[in-house]
Amino acid sequence: MGVDSDDMNEKTAASLSFQVPEPEVRPGETPDFSHVQIPRAGSVPRPPVDVEPSEIRDLAYSIIRVLNRQGEAVGPWAGGLDEEELREGLRHMMTLRAFDARMLTAQRQGKTSFYMQHMGEEAVSCAFRRALEPGDMNFPTYRQAGLLIAGDYPMVEMMNQIFSNEADPLKGRQLPVLYSAREHGFFSVSGNLATQFIQAVGWAMASAISRDTRIAAGWIGDGSTAESDFHAGLVFASTYRAPVVLNIVNNQWAISTFQGIARGGSGTFAARGLGFGIPALRVDGNDYLAVHAVAKWAVERARRNLGPTLIEHVTYRVGAHSTSDDPSAYRPKTESDAWPLGDPIIRLKNHLVAIGAWSEERHKQAEAEIMDKVIGAQREAESRGTLHSGGQPSARDLFEGVYATMPPHLRRQRQKAGF
Amino acid sequence: MARMSMIEAIRSAMEVSMAEDERVVVFGEDVGYFGGVFRCTQGLQQKYGVARCFDTPINESGIVGAAIGMAAYGLRPCVEIQFVDYMYPAYDQIVSEAARIRYRSAGQFTCPIVIRMPTGGGIFGGQTHSQSPEALFTHVAGLKTVVPSNPQDAKGLLIAAIEDPDPVIFLEPKRLYNGPFDGHHDRPVTPWSTHPLGEVPDGHFTVRLGEAVVRRPGKAVTVLAYGTMVHVAEAAAEEAGVDAEVIDLRTLLPLDLETVATSVKKTRRCVVIHEATLTSGFGAELVALVQEECFWHLEAPIMRVAGYDTPYPHAQEWAYFPGPRRVAEALVATMEA
Ligand SMILES: Cc1ncc(C[n+]2csc(CCOP(=O)(O)OP(=O)(O)O)c2C)c(N)n1
Ligand SMILES: [Mg+2]
Repeated sequence: MGVDSDDMNEKTAASLSFQVPEPEVRPGETPDFSHVQIPRAGSVPRPPVDVEPSEIRDLAYSIIRVLNRQGEAVGPWAGGLDEEELREGLRHMMTLRAFDARMLTAQRQGKTSFYMQHMGEEAVSCAFRRALEPGDMNFPTYRQAGLLIAGDYPMVEMMNQIFSNEADPLKGRQLPVLYSAREHGFFSVSGNLATQFIQAVGWAMASAISRDTRIAAGWIGDGSTAESDFHAGLVFASTYRAPVVLNIVNNQWAISTFQGIARGGSGTFAARGLGFGIPALRVDGNDYLAVHAVAKWAVERARRNLGPTLIEHVTYRVGAHSTSDDPSAYRPKTESDAWPLGDPIIRLKNHLVAIGAWSEERHKQAEAEIMDKVIGAQREAESRGTLHSGGQPSARDLFEGVYATMPPHLRRQRQKAGF
Repeated sequence: MARMSMIEAIRSAMEVSMAEDERVVVFGEDVGYFGGVFRCTQGLQQKYGVARCFDTPINESGIVGAAIGMAAYGLRPCVEIQFVDYMYPAYDQIVSEAARIRYRSAGQFTCPIVIRMPTGGGIFGGQTHSQSPEALFTHVAGLKTVVPSNPQDAKGLLIAAIEDPDPVIFLEPKRLYNGPFDGHHDRPVTPWSTHPLGEVPDGHFTVRLGEAVVRRPGKAVTVLAYGTMVHVAEAAAEEAGVDAEVIDLRTLLPLDLETVATSVKKTRRCVVIHEATLTSGFGAELVALVQEECFWHLEAPIMRVAGYDTPYPHAQEWAYFPGPRRVAEALVATMEA
């Protein structure tokens, strides 16, 4: 006994060391995504929507993919969209990309203070939106403008918000891209990360309490899953089996922080759902068909009162975090080229060409048409002003809408201000 | 002495503290490899290693809670919340835990942590990058709250905060990071290199917490200000042609009431200004203290100039910001009262 405990003392005396996860590579090194395990397209089974969550734990560690390298749609998750729907999806993604390009330039020209783009992630929000029904409600982050574009929200309105002009539906109050579009199933975007995730669950609980048929979709970035509100969302969704689809958009980065910092020792972000008994699926977020198919599956589960689903969309943030960011300071410049899941627009385009539903010429023509539309919308929006010139929201508006009825102290402040 | 921006001065303070005391650790979102979105911690990880300067998951409650645990162990964490607007998830840890640990454990455990947070507006950041919630901290027993207005003070105060035995809320006016800003947003930005307070001592030096300073001597009226508003007050005094004495409080709690009262008893007039919303703002506390201490000396009601009681807007930033015109009007009104 005595000898043993001496031994043990020696063992416990070895000093601890602090461990911090590091990304595979840093600037100046060669991009390396060999650690990202990518299953063959079509290889992941499609369970029935009323499956027992415990039977599909594997899906939290795999990646559901439909489009293969040849541009064919294969496997059990294929076949949910017809040619016209696919062409429409392509147009939505191309529109979002053109929209982003124009707004980035507008920001550089000083027409707005700030912008956030979607480059590389267009399929996620564009495809998901098409799986919802009118009346369903999204609780998005700042990187899901595809929900608006694919939901036929007018681009001019988006630009009016971005320019904070006299026609801004949010009256100049909000930072650019923090849209709100209730009629289009798009909850007011918060600047505070993760708060919307549990709110989505609350909206879904309300729908169930009210014996409604509508469902909610929550959205969150990989980095933001670390926030406590993410975990609050999961536990409420689990406890009340809320009719909600919980989306994690894993674009590998949270500003300068690689996804390993938020993921920690969990194999994947989707796996976070398992402990809560929530079915958790990982999907190729750059595969329009796969995102749509998985979204449909999860939406149907929610609609049939079978409870929540957690979806991890595996994608890559090609651009900077925002116009205030320069990623070359923290990741190799060519990292996005090495991303193994490719570009969502090119992949859908190749698929449409492969099935004879699209061509290079039609693509070029569509590109030009879309750019014309975006430029037309921008011209219209700019005629109502941009951040520093032309029509502005009134300073009077600043005091409106804090409460349903303006209390006397605010009325006094406004009077004194002379607005 | 070296010429520094406020960012460089803050970085220098952490560098000095980390060099002198290996218990000092620095962490927060994007703080490690990248060096912070405002670059305040740039180079610290390279110099002191990942165990002393590191990136955290995006969880403000976690950042502060972990800091409290480390302080209980015996380290001296100096953490960053990316914007003070994002501290709300950490508020429970700050208010219920950090602020009271010394008291509730009868000194068995203490909480020598610093929470650095960019504060204030002026960058078109909208309602989630512009707030000034200092009163939410000064209202809490057990916290100290510091707001520097220039690089020199920023360095001295931050080192003092890190060495302080109690939790310190360190609010960095982000509009001052790269140069003094007097509220004239339409004029060219001037860098700190041309400002005398951009001269920062090398190595270790402290500015004691709880000491205000007279930034501009005057006889006619006392202006109580801190952070960005110190510069606004100086500009307003010039423009109004009022011989105002501008006091830079530097530390809101503990407050240097002596410097404040001495000045007000001399000038017999007082204007209190801050960017934060008016109602229940720190200005209300200042007004109460000044009238308690100086009532029989006052020749005019004490006035406040503050942010309006609305969320911080985006497009109407300059209609909202309590700039030199509004402060000058208050100075003139006080003189005429
Ligand atoms: C509560 C809170 N903390 C910090 C921030 C600052 N911030 C804004 S975006 C961001 C990174 C988010 O990354 P991720 O969730 O992965 O979303 P992505 O930007 O990649 O879409 C951070 C830290 C914030 N907005 N809110
Ligand atoms: Mg991300």
